Amino acid sequence: MAVLSFVEVADGKIKKASVEAAYYGSKVAEGLGTDSLALVLGTISADELATLGQVGIKKVLHANDARFNNFDSKLYTKAIAEAANNAGANVVVLSFSNNGKLLAPRLSVRLKAGYVPGAVELPAFNGNAAVVKKNVFSGKASAQYQVSTEKKVISVNPNSLSPVRNTNTAAVEAFTATVTDADITTTVKSVDKITGTIPLSEAEIVVSAGRGLKGPENWGMIEELAREMGAATACSRPVADVDWRPHHEHVGQTGLTIRPNLYIAIGISGAIQHLAGVNGSKVIVVINTDAEAPFFKAADYGIVGDAFQVVPKLIEEYKKFKAAH
Amino acid sequence: MKILVPIAKVPDTTSKITFTENNTKFNPDGVTFIMNPTDEWYALVRAIELKEKQGGEVVVIHVGRADSEQVIRKALAIGADKAVRVDADPTDAYFVASQIAAHAKAENYDLIITGKETIDYNSFEVGGMVAELLDLPAVSLVQKLDVENGVANMKRDIEGGTETVEVKLPLVVGAQKDLAEARIPNMKGIMAARTKPLTVSPAVDADKLTTIISYAVPQKAKECKYVSPDNVAELVKLLHEEAKVI
Ligand SMILES: Cc1cc2nc3c(=O)[nH]c(=O)nc-3n(C[C@H](O)[C@H](O)[C@H](O)COP(=O)(O)OP(=O)(O)OC[C@H]3O[C@@H](n4cnc5c(N)ncnc54)[C@H](O)[C@@H]3O)c2cc1C
Ligand SMILES: Nc1ncnc2c1ncn2[C@@H]1O[C@H](COP(=O)(O)O)[C@@H](O)[C@H]1O
Repeated sequence: MAVLSFVEVADGKIKKASVEAAYYGSKVAEGLGTDSLALVLGTISADELATLGQVGIKKVLHANDARFNNFDSKLYTKAIAEAANNAGANVVVLSFSNNGKLLAPRLSVRLKAGYVPGAVELPAFNGNAAVVKKNVFSGKASAQYQVSTEKKVISVNPNSLSPVRNTNTAAVEAFTATVTDADITTTVKSVDKITGTIPLSEAEIVVSAGRGLKGPENWGMIEELAREMGAATACSRPVADVDWRPHHEHVGQTGLTIRPNLYIAIGISGAIQHLAGVNGSKVIVVINTDAEAPFFKAADYGIVGDAFQVVPKLIEEYKKFKAAH
Repeated sequence: MKILVPIAKVPDTTSKITFTENNTKFNPDGVTFIMNPTDEWYALVRAIELKEKQGGEVVVIHVGRADSEQVIRKALAIGADKAVRVDADPTDAYFVASQIAAHAKAENYDLIITGKETIDYNSFEVGGMVAELLDLPAVSLVQKLDVENGVANMKRDIEGGTETVEVKLPLVVGAQKDLAEARIPNMKGIMAARTKPLTVSPAVDADKLTTIISYAVPQKAKECKYVSPDNVAELVKLLHEEAKVI
């Protein structure tokens, strides 16, 4: 028995969402009284791998094979399933990340394991069955999924739990996956990173604005506030549709789903389709001229006021706060 | 090119979501059902565009009961050539994927384009499962898809950017926004849809690997705390001392 967490790497670093998955895996292992292992594919330093010990991983299996430096769902699935079988893992944990969203269902089929996508809490075990909570209906409700298969796959919704770190280091052991070049199906032609900004999906603070800002020329103060706060910027869909902002910033039902610690919504009405992408945020601040804007119903803190007056003041006050702390 | 587009039926986004039988069953009363938006706007339309350019056939498949007919006819009206309905309740993703895979195995599709996720269970499951059941490559969160000489060129979302990849057909693609411009069915399409073939087939045996045992609607514990626009410092203080997020 073991719990195997699959850990993703980007630019030689362990992805934040994968640290959460590894922590989740360790907690599951602790609950089951079994070993907590992690699997990492591709090039990364041993020092970086050892840090997984901080979130409870005892041993990291590392396939130090450059063929894994590009993501290929078929190739990865084969390797992860092999590691899971070798380790006798009965639970495999992944992040509900862009890659994890495709890997986890593939693994579920390959391992004949019931799968819960996007878990927001640790599972409760009831004999051999696990019960795991996930959000459904775009955050309007949650559901308890029961998995009774012997093997189980769980993917963890990013920002669902905050890893508690210790000072341990994980042992690192080489893992050779029996894959051949014929298993490679995907050729990566190019990668376009949006540079200079914090990726929206990983940001802990998000400053977001909507049609209330009137035009793209007014986003300077939004960007300034985000810069001051170390936040990512986001927007409502109509704003991206008319090209005031790039499409990758659009959050909501048809855009990204995010769960930051703090979401600041400026000049956004709070339509249900927008809320669907952000209502998992821990704390929501709404700034809107209309006291009746539906967003206030989902807000923790609200300011009924004009963004063009409130935001510059907020920048100023935040700067003062930062200087004092 | 032969393209299969699996389509799901979901509650309209504005529906009020309620549950019955002690919060163990979703309550469909008063809910309007629609085609899953990603399937309709992106997966289906891109499939039709590829067929229009390169010839071939677009087939839609749906796992569901007879009350899904309207959704299926809409897909035909938008431009799919024929439809298959597997007559079963789509209660578990593995079960649904097994039905789609069983159909696809016999038909040799060049491409299977699913939506990235359904807006009810938001699970991103079916596409990956179909790919694994058919031992095919798969790429998800695809916002651009072109096919030339049997190779698909795609742009997919990665955290903090995009990646352009090439994969040989056949493969499974998970569609998302920007893949195509939504089409509204016209009168001609609606008329044609009435006579396009819709085959109903029984389900194949497949396991259900998960069950939903209960639902909960979040209690709105939060009350919005209002801060005066003249006292923005108070907001910063609350975010630091009370909410502890800065
Ligand atoms: C199927 C479907 C899917 C959709 N998916 C999405 C999605 O993924 N994401 C999304 O965002 N939307 C989505 N929408 C659109 C959604 O329904 C709303 O239309 C949209 O979110 C509104 O954007 P908004 O709040 O920026 O604009 P508006 O609704 O126009 O609101 C602007 C707000 O700004 C306020 N305001 C005006 N001036 C000021 C000022 N000076 N200072 C402060 N506040 C001011 C106004 O009071 C108002 O509340 C979808 C719609 C459909 C039908
Ligand atoms: N009942 C169904 N019948 C046919 N296709 C489906 C069904 N449910 C889901 N799909 C397809 O699988 C995709 C992903 O759905 P899901 O894995 O449920 O989030 C959808 O966008 C559809 O393309």
